Amino acid sequence: MTTEAATATRPAIDLARVRAWLPKYGVYVAIGVLVLYNVLFTPNFLTWSNLRIQLIQVAPIVIVALGMALVIGTEGIDLSVGSVMALAAALIPLYLGYGVVAAILVSLVAGVVVGLVNGTLVARVGLQPIVATLALFVGGRGLALVISDGQLKDVRNDDLIYLGSGDFLGIPMLVWIAALLVLVVAFVVRRTVFGRRLLAIGGNRPATELAGVPVKRVLITVYVLCSVLASIAGLLAVARIQSSDASAVGLLIELSAITAVVVGGTPLTGGKVRVLGTVAGALLMQLVVATMIKHNLQPSTTEMVQAVIILIAVYVARERKSR
Amino acid sequence: MALLEVVDVSKVFPGVRALDDVSFTLQPGEVHALVGENGAGKSTLIKVLTGVYQPDGGQLRYRDEPARFDSPMDAQRAGISTIYQEVNLIPLMSVAHNLFLGREPRTAYGLLDEKRMFREAHEILLRYGVTTDVRRQLGTLALGAQQMVALARAVMIDAKVVIMDEPTSSLEPREVETLFGVIRDLHSQGIGIIYVSHRLDELYQICDAVTILRDGKVVHTGKLADLERLRLVSLMLGRDMSAVRHEGFTGFGGDHGGAEDAAPVLKVTDLNSRRKLHDISFAVRPGEVVGLGGLLGAGRSETIKAIGGAYPVDGGEIAVDGKALNRPTTVQAVKAGIAVQPEDRKAEGIVAGLSVRENIALAILPRMSKLGLVSDRKIDEVVRTYMTRLRIKASSPDQRVGDLSGGNQQKVLLARLLATQPKVLLLDEPTRGIDVGAKAEVQGLIDELAAEGLGVVLVSSDAEELVEGSDRVVVLRDGAVVGELRGDAVTTEALLETIAAAAVEAKEVGNDD
Repeated sequence: MTTEAATATRPAIDLARVRAWLPKYGVYVAIGVLVLYNVLFTPNFLTWSNLRIQLIQVAPIVIVALGMALVIGTEGIDLSVGSVMALAAALIPLYLGYGVVAAILVSLVAGVVVGLVNGTLVARVGLQPIVATLALFVGGRGLALVISDGQLKDVRNDDLIYLGSGDFLGIPMLVWIAALLVLVVAFVVRRTVFGRRLLAIGGNRPATELAGVPVKRVLITVYVLCSVLASIAGLLAVARIQSSDASAVGLLIELSAITAVVVGGTPLTGGKVRVLGTVAGALLMQLVVATMIKHNLQPSTTEMVQAVIILIAVYVARERKSR
Repeated sequence: MALLEVVDVSKVFPGVRALDDVSFTLQPGEVHALVGENGAGKSTLIKVLTGVYQPDGGQLRYRDEPARFDSPMDAQRAGISTIYQEVNLIPLMSVAHNLFLGREPRTAYGLLDEKRMFREAHEILLRYGVTTDVRRQLGTLALGAQQMVALARAVMIDAKVVIMDEPTSSLEPREVETLFGVIRDLHSQGIGIIYVSHRLDELYQICDAVTILRDGKVVHTGKLADLERLRLVSLMLGRDMSAVRHEGFTGFGGDHGGAEDAAPVLKVTDLNSRRKLHDISFAVRPGEVVGLGGLLGAGRSETIKAIGGAYPVDGGEIAVDGKALNRPTTVQAVKAGIAVQPEDRKAEGIVAGLSVRENIALAILPRMSKLGLVSDRKIDEVVRTYMTRLRIKASSPDQRVGDLSGGNQQKVLLARLLATQPKVLLLDEPTRGIDVGAKAEVQGLIDELAAEGLGVVLVSSDAEELVEGSDRVVVLRDGAVVGELRGDAVTTEALLETIAAAAVEAKEVGNDD
């Protein structure tokens, strides 16, 4: 909206400024437009129950996308997040007998282990991230299926059910957790030594190495964080649907997460992480789907619209060939 | 009849005149050396000859006719083949397939005639001293053999001109001999060869003529036999030796007078790295600037990087303040007080996408933080100090470093190094690609830092800068120390002489005379 106002007052558009502005704030404008459209044309859009459903659905994507944003910030990618979710989900019913805390800890440890493997392959062995994480993308879910005997298991535990479906101050716990993690990750990126080093590595790895930064350690930590976030998403998924199904949990979520990150304005070339943009990216894609469904459009149409949005996001964020 | 003529060719890139009215002639059967330091315009010229770039002015004449190559394919079809430093063949395919790629022999039915291909490949490669099974994957061969395959391929496509870009840089001495045999063979077939190399011994062994480029201009062209080594080097590196020497041409002052008897702050002993560095030893005392001299590829940058932990080392010792480091990693090197300013500022120095502040603070984040949390207040203090001291011109500490001028980028990089409070500063071409004003400032800064007691190692391709900036100069050739200039012997003339001296005549200059 503001772009149009700006161009109207100044006939000669400052193209360079628009181009710098779009990848940063385009996603917020798009959300604004979509919300406005829905408020005007979609019946029952502005009801609490509708917003609630949207937020609950988007929460796991946001959590996974946070980790993905960190990895992409180092010029990497993590395809294994969906499998990590499945692993975490498969472990929950196995260890629930020792108490809910133990079960959660075990599934988080699974995340740490996967992250260590991914990080070691990328940082020490020197594999390309897409190949390194492809291994556990394939193998991780297989392992999850082995652990769970390939069966759907009911999970009945009051604490878990509270995590998945309970409310706190009228807002779903899931949303609280996602919001908290957003704040934590934003804080880590902005205020910690680790966050700054991560950005420098994504910006120029050889230079960062020469500056005496322990690049390998930072990279491994990034992959561990990403996997741990994915395992949190996995155990929350179990808590919400009150069952563990390793063949379905987190299926294709890596694509939703990458989409959220890219649409949110984080460049795939690394060196930059937009945490709030990533949240907005996830929200935007969720809104698009919801809008389409409410207006009775085919899922196939929805997918094509999503594709167009991704293309636009990548197009506006592409490297400028200056100099 | 000239085979290939370059007539007044110019090529302009934004901000740079890469080739400025360049002319030279290649005769049939001539081996023509093309020499010059980094940025002299050699690669641009080769790219113009092979159709990668179009000249902005002047023209090419090929076999006495005006020629125009729109693409590398075009040039190749006309008979101009190029062999690059890195072999550009397909490592996973067999030797024979690589050799015949795109021109495979076929059977009567249009199928690949592998039998004939393998037989012919074997015969052809024998002439190049490659006796291996031609069915082997190319990638499993030694680099030298791969280069021979590339050469055979280049000559096979009816080449009239073969351009060789540093063909011997990855070859063993024995392989170099084979290559020279092949070159002599091509020579007798009337094929013209443009030979790019920095190894003077090789040039004098194999080349008939030479063209020297500097700053995009031809500074000399003619028979190589008529040109002394010393003169060749001085033409490449410095201003003309007979030209007036401007005292104080650089921003350097006089001697720094590092105390002769002080314990060295950096001591390098018998540093070795596979094929690139051989038993390099030298020491730097506090307050002393030690220059590393030599031509491109002599091992100067490798030495500096090896000391900084960024280049693999096979053996030898590096000691800072008497404490030995055993094959340090970059992390350990920085901790020990070694600061490296790499030659390629954009690729290994600055992080262009981050701000001036983040770039300066990059190496000292742990000191600027508590429990992993960064204190921006502390960082701002440090950043302000160095921005003032180095006179870094940026709109604010938040400006992207990529948007600054080259000189200011370099200063940001130096600020990052100084912020680590190093004991030794290793500078690789600190004034390359920055404007005159910034150059003098950087040179003045080096003086100042030495005066404060820092040990400095300086690498520069600018002979004057090296001589005026250094108290001593250690000269390298082919990865080994070949001489050292001390005291009054630190002159441009002595430097050029030492560089030019043939390997057998290597000697230490400047002890008594």
